Amino acid sequence: MNIVIPAINWASIAPELVVFITAMVVLLIGAFFPRVSSGVTAGISLLGVMLSFLVTASLWGSSELAFANMLALDNYRLFFNFIFLICTGLTILASIDYFGKSSEPVEHAEYYALLLFACVGMMFMAAGTDLITIFLGLETMSIAIYILAAFVKKNIKGNEAALKYLLLGAFSTGFLLYGIALIFGATGSSNLATIYKYLSGTSNLSSPMLLFGMGFLIVGFGFKIASVPFHMWTPDVYEGAPTVVTAFMAAGVKAAAFAAFLRVFVYALPSLQPNWIAILWVLAILTMTIGNLAALLQENIKRMLAYSSIAHAGYIMIGMVAAKNAAADIGTYSVLYYLLAYTFMNIGAFIIVVLYGRYAEDNLNISDYAGMGYKYPVLGATMAIFMFSLAGIPPTAGFVGKFYIFAAAVKGGFIDLAIIGVINSVLSVYYYLRVTVMIYMREPVADQPGLKFSRSATLATTIAAVATLVLGIFPDTFITMARQSVSLILG
Amino acid sequence: MELFLFIVIGGITLISSFFVVFQRSPLYSALFLILTFLSMAGLYLVLGAEFVAIIQVIVYAGAVMVLFLFVIMLLNLDNEKREWMTKHIQQKYFGVIVVAVLVPLIGLGISTPLLYSKSQLGAPGTYSPQIAEQVSNTAAVASLLFTDYILPFEITSVLLLVTMVGVVYLARRVKKQSLPGK
Repeated sequence: MNIVIPAINWASIAPELVVFITAMVVLLIGAFFPRVSSGVTAGISLLGVMLSFLVTASLWGSSELAFANMLALDNYRLFFNFIFLICTGLTILASIDYFGKSSEPVEHAEYYALLLFACVGMMFMAAGTDLITIFLGLETMSIAIYILAAFVKKNIKGNEAALKYLLLGAFSTGFLLYGIALIFGATGSSNLATIYKYLSGTSNLSSPMLLFGMGFLIVGFGFKIASVPFHMWTPDVYEGAPTVVTAFMAAGVKAAAFAAFLRVFVYALPSLQPNWIAILWVLAILTMTIGNLAALLQENIKRMLAYSSIAHAGYIMIGMVAAKNAAADIGTYSVLYYLLAYTFMNIGAFIIVVLYGRYAEDNLNISDYAGMGYKYPVLGATMAIFMFSLAGIPPTAGFVGKFYIFAAAVKGGFIDLAIIGVINSVLSVYYYLRVTVMIYMREPVADQPGLKFSRSATLATTIAAVATLVLGIFPDTFITMARQSVSLILG
Repeated sequence: MELFLFIVIGGITLISSFFVVFQRSPLYSALFLILTFLSMAGLYLVLGAEFVAIIQVIVYAGAVMVLFLFVIMLLNLDNEKREWMTKHIQQKYFGVIVVAVLVPLIGLGISTPLLYSKSQLGAPGTYSPQIAEQVSNTAAVASLLFTDYILPFEITSVLLLVTMVGVVYLARRVKKQSLPGK
């Protein structure tokens, strides 16, 4: 029996390949030139990210399957590639500042390499059209993130966070894998297209194996997006991990998990839609409400942003639920747009947390922000933009994102969800505005020595703030891009 | 012959897994676990799945067990700690409940044709049991691995690389002298 190695479609993995090779180069530089400065490794990583961004942009518009249907080269995947690359790029810029402030020497080559490896994993998650590819992408991403969370070895909180995340993450991976195995058993394939074909041809959709498989997939993905019954790890891990890693986790991991979640459920399991909509409907409400209520009580800004990220996962799930019948189109592209907007505003907020510290992990209480707007007017105003955007106040990206999500819910016939979403949104204004009130209406507590702003982190904040405003004021281009991205997965 | 082998190997599997649970010393438990893994490999061989059998030996009996033994030896559980642990095991009751639920469920699954009837099974893949028998299932796995599944195969190598880099980083001693150009 002779094996014919199939022709390899290099273009279909070009963006991943660029990032992967960059990561290897950075790693080898760290190994052979241990005394090289962190600016070099960060610079090379940034170059790789930008190159991959260009490659992704040049592939825009293609629509094909490659590697024996293991992954798709479509706009959906490329749209998410943009999100992941933006996440990685902004995180790298902020990391230069963060590690510049830390008192310990940092082994930066490993750090940037792991960041890039995590990005590769995310890209494969969004690209995968086979449950195996998605699973391997998810694991590559998760393992890199576990290590990044513990990257500052002497930080005990970070170690605790990483261990918690690793143990619970491994457990949730078990669920995901079990779900994949059961779906494979019920449909005879791990390929999304084949699963879809099989399920649309069979009348027996109530097979317990299939339904359990679907349920386990929801558990596995639900853990990664931090939806409510599986959210317990989020505040501790977000608080303990280095702030830059938290920013990366909050935006990147969530977007990647949603990319895979949405593709698997909307593309491969539409036949089971009544079943999963019923589950996600409940989860969306729980996630929004519990996330927002818990965020009200937080004193630590990282914990507050962690609960807010849980609440945002809830809003995004509304979009998934709404992706039904007439609203299939708007439901899915509202999710894509929301994730893009969320990336900018959330990473932006975390970078301000990094900037507003004299050393790494400093000024983490919300009360520390008192009077920030007078001492650092630009920094205060930028933080206010991000808070307004997270709360969903126009003219910011967050407002447009929520508008489309709720519009999708109404169009899909889920008016109850839209109402609960709006109520939650109002609830969330309280704790976002609390930060703004601190910034502008309170006297500074004590005299603090001045902050030093590095150029890289300033650039990252500027990009995030400008993007948040542009996405909010001129959303048309990005909505069109998101709309073009979902055409293939809707078949 | 097959039935005879199945009964003997299955019996060894059952007995050794009982010993795993009821041994007082974790080291003996681990050793019996190796026996369980090996006899399970024997069961796979009886079923004609020689590839899975060998993987079972290499991965479970080899790698996983070495890991287990390392952990047991490194933790070096003394009697005091062990007593504390046995006293505070609440999982015991939880385990009993899980078994009480799972066993009837599995029984139900086997006795009703619902779960495994032909109509329930999905589309057949390239390698039906007949074809796999002709080319030996190791060859079937290999040909799939290097054609259809070449991309997942390569991503796995990335995954292992990431894991290795991470573990080496975490296990390395923190450098005392500060790096220049930080």
